[in-house]
Amino acid sequence: MTSQLPAHLDIDRVSLAYGSREVLSDVSFQVPEGTRLAVVGPNGAGKSSLFKALVGLLPVRSGEIRIHGVPFGAHRDCVAYIPQREEVDWRFPVTVLDVVMMGRYGRLGWLRRPNQQDRQVVARCLRQVGMDDYARRPIGELSGGQQQRVFLARALAQEPHILLMDEPFTGVDAMTQEIVHSLLDDLQRLRVTVMISTHDLGMASRRFNQVLLLNRRLIACGTPAEVFTPQTLGEAFGGQVMILPGGAVLADECCPPPEIDVAVPSSLESTVDRER
Amino acid sequence: MQRGLLASTMVGVLCAVVGCYVVLRGMAFLGDALAHGILPGVAIAYLVDGNLMIGALAAALAVAVGIGFVSRQGTIKEDTAIGILFAAAMSLGVVLISSIRSYAVDLTHILFGNVLGVSDADLVLTAVLGGAVLLTIFLLYKPFLVISFDAVLAATLRLPAERLRYLMLILLALTIVVSLQTVGVGLVAAMLVTPGAAAYLLVRRLPAMMAVAAVIGAASSVAGLFLSYYLNVASGAAIVLVATFIFLLAFLFAPGRGVIWQRLRHGSDH
Repeated sequence: MTSQLPAHLDIDRVSLAYGSREVLSDVSFQVPEGTRLAVVGPNGAGKSSLFKALVGLLPVRSGEIRIHGVPFGAHRDCVAYIPQREEVDWRFPVTVLDVVMMGRYGRLGWLRRPNQQDRQVVARCLRQVGMDDYARRPIGELSGGQQQRVFLARALAQEPHILLMDEPFTGVDAMTQEIVHSLLDDLQRLRVTVMISTHDLGMASRRFNQVLLLNRRLIACGTPAEVFTPQTLGEAFGGQVMILPGGAVLADECCPPPEIDVAVPSSLESTVDRER
Repeated sequence: MQRGLLASTMVGVLCAVVGCYVVLRGMAFLGDALAHGILPGVAIAYLVDGNLMIGALAAALAVAVGIGFVSRQGTIKEDTAIGILFAAAMSLGVVLISSIRSYAVDLTHILFGNVLGVSDADLVLTAVLGGAVLLTIFLLYKPFLVISFDAVLAATLRLPAERLRYLMLILLALTIVVSLQTVGVGLVAAMLVTPGAAAYLLVRRLPAMMAVAAVIGAASSVAGLFLSYYLNVASGAAIVLVATFIFLLAFLFAPGRGVIWQRLRHGSDH
């Protein structure tokens, strides 16, 4: 990953909508290069929509996204996105190697075939996620965590300036989580900007230097200490949140819960996940 | 017979390769609809004494655009739109053809193919159009793979997904038109889907799937044509039945994915 200008991402008064239904209104924030940013908020807060807009899947209704100060769309390949699992056809006849090589397609263009250098990059990215032994395996035969790692390797093969990951920690094994975390450290050293949406507020405050709190608009953006205050969390999650002594946060945002979630004081840094 | 053999082999290979995308993208019903939708085009070309293939191609494209237009608003689902338009086009074609009594034989030929009536000009046209379709699929392997496998990546890479999808529809329409002569509109969907489905069971990568499907398509065309010749049965139907037989073999015995294989593996677990 050389010769790349790390990304400075500038979101300026952006509103997003599906048809007439607005999902995110008038959001402005800036992400300096090399930031590790956690995007948090309740279900339906607009986290995935924001990511979709950043890769061009969802048109921006108003406002502007700038990368390196240049309006969005001028860049071909500097944003990589790791999709949620449901967005991929797992029965498709492609091997792990094929999938990671797709990360090079942006650089190759439509007609050029992969050369030695592309193959080396792909092999290195597979090693980085610990999947080099699976290169020839069909993608559909892997476990969920392994598939997630293959898509991470593909994103790395894109050599992006900005890496977006939508819920990478949902439903994956501990080993995959560890690999993702150690890769985040590597990427920060390479000054790649990483944005991750997550439901795990504890992890967001421990392992990220910036947090973006959304609930259909921007509630707060800054360091975890700045963002995770009782006031902002109450604003984002309503009643379903609890601040523990020491600053840890518990939130339950599963489909309307009858009462406030019960705190477990012994595990100050744990949070209640959305799942199950 | 020789011309027929050459034509049906070319069509078998072409249909099988294009059919891999039809299988993987779930476009089988659309392919069938396009095949039936060309009937009015062929009929009108007859009436005005024009080129049948051009008439067929125009009609196929019109049906494809029509389906896109009706289902665009989202109030009508795509498969409903396909069902409406393909039956309507087919009926319009039958009405047009039945209005001219002497063309009754030609209707059967259009529906089920007439591989023995292939002329040298047909052969050249098949080779040129088929070659163009295969070359396009070969050159655009990467973009087609990405839009089929992962639409999100296609957007990230700024691929013109909408235009590529239309291009794929055009390639499909061309393939169907070229196949008219050998298998007819009634059976072209089988030639598109069956070899690809069999190959999918046998191999694990798209290029291999296309190659295996092409071999199956060619083999069923040759075997089917010989069978039809010696048993004196309809050639298009014979070709499709051979392809179906090969698919059944793959379905039962394919390593890993075949029914027997899975039964055995399941049994050994206990």
